[in-house]
Amino acid sequence: MNWYKYASPAAFYPLAGRMIPWFAIPAALLFIAGFYIGFFRAPTDFQQGDAYRIMFIHVPAAWMGMLLYVLMAFYAGIGWAFNARLASMMASSISTTGALFTFISLATGSLWGKPTWGTWWVWDARLTSTLILLFLYIGFISLQAAIDEPKRADRAGAVLAIVGVVNVPIIYFSVQWWNTLHQGATIRILGKPTIAPIMLTAMLTLLAACWLYSIAISLARLRCIIMEREQRADWINEGAGAG
Amino acid sequence: MNWSEFFYMGGYAFYVWGSYGLTFVIIVAEVLSVIGRRKRLVARGPRSLEPTEK
Repeated sequence: MNWYKYASPAAFYPLAGRMIPWFAIPAALLFIAGFYIGFFRAPTDFQQGDAYRIMFIHVPAAWMGMLLYVLMAFYAGIGWAFNARLASMMASSISTTGALFTFISLATGSLWGKPTWGTWWVWDARLTSTLILLFLYIGFISLQAAIDEPKRADRAGAVLAIVGVVNVPIIYFSVQWWNTLHQGATIRILGKPTIAPIMLTAMLTLLAACWLYSIAISLARLRCIIMEREQRADWINEGAGAG
Repeated sequence: MNWSEFFYMGGYAFYVWGSYGLTFVIIVAEVLSVIGRRKRLVARGPRSLEPTEK
């Protein structure tokens, strides 16, 4: 099988269409399972009461915001370095979902901060660097929208995306580097998690759901972007809409 | 946990259901927007092969 074949938008378009249900259906099932575990299996926290249940969606959303940014910068970089249109289109597709997850993490964090810290917002290192992440996504999306010629838009977006990657480790380590109000990492890469196994299960289930959802929606949006950008190519006119 | 306790969330209902409600609305809106974008593209049909650059 020649994998390079799929670097062409025309070849990837039908493949992406076939892949979507394989990610979308498990994502929907895992959202339901994660919600069930988080609300009907995990007990009320002895310190925070039921407010802590916001964590099950807040933490996965925050992770997705960071991971999707790195993935977006990676695809933008590949598109720029190898002049690969499909990779640049993938970066554009991911940017919307990444921005939405970052917004969800900020909004749910605010809704969690009010009852636990007594404030909706503080200019704390973790919160501020996450807000910068949202601005980087918005900058990437607006920059691409402002430039008519796709090739130049991809290149400008790639520069912004790659420069902005430095912000991701800053967000991750902000709770260690600065004295912040935000609590430390719930799950550490090395070492034991700091929460009960059932709570961890709920959170990881929703994290998996968010991952699969992000893949499905990014592929679906990628197909739209391919149709828009390749509109003058012959294969689109041969009834790709039916595929 | 019974249903009234479930909805009451130990007094944190606004914050907890606000978080999940907002997430749900955003995800549904994203899915609908992509479906709508695709429908418009399909409905528009094949484009002419004439170059569109200025």
